[in-house]
Amino acid sequence: MEDEGEGVRAVPLAGHVGFDSMPDQLVNKSVNRGFCFNILCVGETGLGKSTLMDTLFNTKFEGEPTQHNQPGVTLKSNTYELQESNVRLKLTVVNTVGFGDQINKEDSYKSIVEFIDAQFEAYLQEELKIKRTLHSYHDTRIHACLYFIAPTGHSLKSLDLVTMKKLDSKVNIIPIVAKSDAISKSELAKFKIKITSELVSNGVQIYQFPTDDESVAEINSTMNSHLPFAVVGSTEEVKIGNKMVKARQYPWGTVQVENENHCDFVKLREMLIRVNMEDLREQTHTRHYELYRRCKLEEMGFKDTDPDSKPFSLQETYEAKRNEFMGELQKKEEEMRQMFVQRVKEKEAELKEAEKELHEKFDRLKKLHQDEKKKLEEKKKTLDDEVNTFKQKKTAAELLQNQAQQAGGSTTLKRDKERKN
Amino acid sequence: CFQGLTKSQNRANMSDIVPPEVRPKPAVPAKPPNGGSTLLGYIGIDTIIEQMRKKTMKTGFDFNIMVVGPSGLGKSTLVNTLFKSQVSRKSAGWSRDEKIPKTVEIKSVSHVIEEGGVKMKLTVVDTPGFGDQINNDNCWEPISKYINEQFEKFLKEEVNITRKKRIPDTRVHCCLYFIPPTGHSLRQLDVEFMKRLSHSVNIIPVIAKSDTMTVEERQEFKQRVRKELEMNGIEFYPQKEFDDDIEDKSDNDKIRRMHLQEMMPFAVVGSDKEYQVNGKRVLGRKTPWGIIEVENPNHCEFAQLRDFLIRSHLQDLKEVTHNIHYETYRAKRLNDNGGLHPITSNDTQKIYDFHP
Repeated sequence: MEDEGEGVRAVPLAGHVGFDSMPDQLVNKSVNRGFCFNILCVGETGLGKSTLMDTLFNTKFEGEPTQHNQPGVTLKSNTYELQESNVRLKLTVVNTVGFGDQINKEDSYKSIVEFIDAQFEAYLQEELKIKRTLHSYHDTRIHACLYFIAPTGHSLKSLDLVTMKKLDSKVNIIPIVAKSDAISKSELAKFKIKITSELVSNGVQIYQFPTDDESVAEINSTMNSHLPFAVVGSTEEVKIGNKMVKARQYPWGTVQVENENHCDFVKLREMLIRVNMEDLREQTHTRHYELYRRCKLEEMGFKDTDPDSKPFSLQETYEAKRNEFMGELQKKEEEMRQMFVQRVKEKEAELKEAEKELHEKFDRLKKLHQDEKKKLEEKKKTLDDEVNTFKQKKTAAELLQNQAQQAGGSTTLKRDKERKN
Repeated sequence: CFQGLTKSQNRANMSDIVPPEVRPKPAVPAKPPNGGSTLLGYIGIDTIIEQMRKKTMKTGFDFNIMVVGPSGLGKSTLVNTLFKSQVSRKSAGWSRDEKIPKTVEIKSVSHVIEEGGVKMKLTVVDTPGFGDQINNDNCWEPISKYINEQFEKFLKEEVNITRKKRIPDTRVHCCLYFIPPTGHSLRQLDVEFMKRLSHSVNIIPVIAKSDTMTVEERQEFKQRVRKELEMNGIEFYPQKEFDDDIEDKSDNDKIRRMHLQEMMPFAVVGSDKEYQVNGKRVLGRKTPWGIIEVENPNHCEFAQLRDFLIRSHLQDLKEVTHNIHYETYRAKRLNDNGGLHPITSNDTQKIYDFHP
């Protein structure tokens, strides 16, 4: 509602107009649409993450406890639809599976960061689309990260510090001491102080409950001083007095989950759900997401232009990138065409060669054939000549024979015989 | 004083607002939802309603309403009557005998009004000169340009790398189009304007100065107007085509919309003067034959218009503007510059979807 420089007069109303129903109208629309809330639980295996979620939301989410032999950190997310009176909540719980189980934990935080970034990316993609449907988009961005600290009673592990440092600019971190019934009260107080001072000295920004609205300022600031919350989770019920309460039973006593003297569970539930759920969502959208978006767009080469130069930088860069892309495409196309032409030429040359060879072969064969034919013809001729000669001789002989017969005498025979020889 | 009187009169007609249920105290068994988990005991999820309401009351609202119609139809008076304060141009320092401008001008004036802890920055955009010339060709163009300029402003902010936490919203959420009470039918100008602008802004047609018509004349006129609007394919607010777009419209909403459409356009009378009627002070117009009570549903439909516009559909008007009209503008703009002056010197303006 800032006026940004122009003085906007306030005018009094002469009667009831009715726009004070605006919040109701807005709320009704939101209720119709339903709400989304996404929690990320980061912590080593066995710290009671799933049990705590069950206890917080008074339900039994599906899933079985994971083994300790995971090769790397993976994130498993489950979405549930809860309803209370007319409010429908789409709750997504994301668990880090295998966190802290490896021997070399240097890269453990990476898959978590990638997951969070992937949700931001998905939203950014939707926002950058030309035809988009943001109002019905299922928001998967992580609104709250519950960081489970092992109840050693000493200090934060270096894995915790490193991970939280990587996550604090991406998500609202709420650190909690898990399974806090393992620590005595006095140790717990010292533990909390140690943790807080370590977080501060390492510059880790955890989520601060907002104190600007008077109605919640007081309770929020008190709660801020109780961080990290020391929680105990349990879905089993034990009879205390005449009520059934969620508790953990030990030989030496019973830890009641909802007893504020025993643990901070009630505080966590109050802060996370009943007071600040909307603020968590808003911080995620206006701070963490905007930061991600800014970095990502700058990375992609967009720049905000000065107010008086070309106004639509995003479009310009769209154009430029598109032209670049088209140019590349064209180049590729050219290359491919060239290659194709080349290949065709080569093939053509090959075929020509083959054709030539064939022709040569054919010519050779033809010649051969002709030569043979010639030879044969010559032979035939010779034979014919011989035959003719023979015939001539035969006729001559016959003629002589006749003459001799006509002349008569046995001398002819002799003479014939002599002549014949 | 005044507030008490009008409140009781006006609760009657169309206050369809469902006040949200009071948060039940612990141990309320919730309805079993779908999704593989059953709730046992109270968690507190429904407190988000309260959290959300607190947040919106803190930030306040912007609402921008435009009035279009030839001069003398009581546009400014009507807006003042709607918001029960001197919010329109007429009262912010300009005089009534100002010359009618030669072309359509766009003049906007903003005020902050507060009621019940809710702050609203109301901007009234007036369009003097519309329909007043002999030749009214293209007199809708300055208006169309103004509306698109507001979309453009918002788009530029949205597209920035570093953007403001709350982008100032100057987009026109609602356009009241004033139909002169001729009693015959819509004029050519009315049809042309509404046809062209119903796709970029929510148009609510109203029949102005309806005290010149009898009840029967009014009914017939309304029917004729509605038929003509239908014949010309003009979708005025609330638009039927958006029922399937926005998912959160229940069947009840659809039925309500149909009832509304049957009553529109509202035949209204505006006034900022009060008179005594039956011992009560009411807004009205005094004539020799009686006092026309503006907020009396038997006299005119002002109360219905006010309830519809302000008490039940204020937020919806903003949402339709943002989710539909603005998105349409944005998509067109990113696709082909929307016919505006191109930014780069390239001839090929078709932009592909950035992430194909």
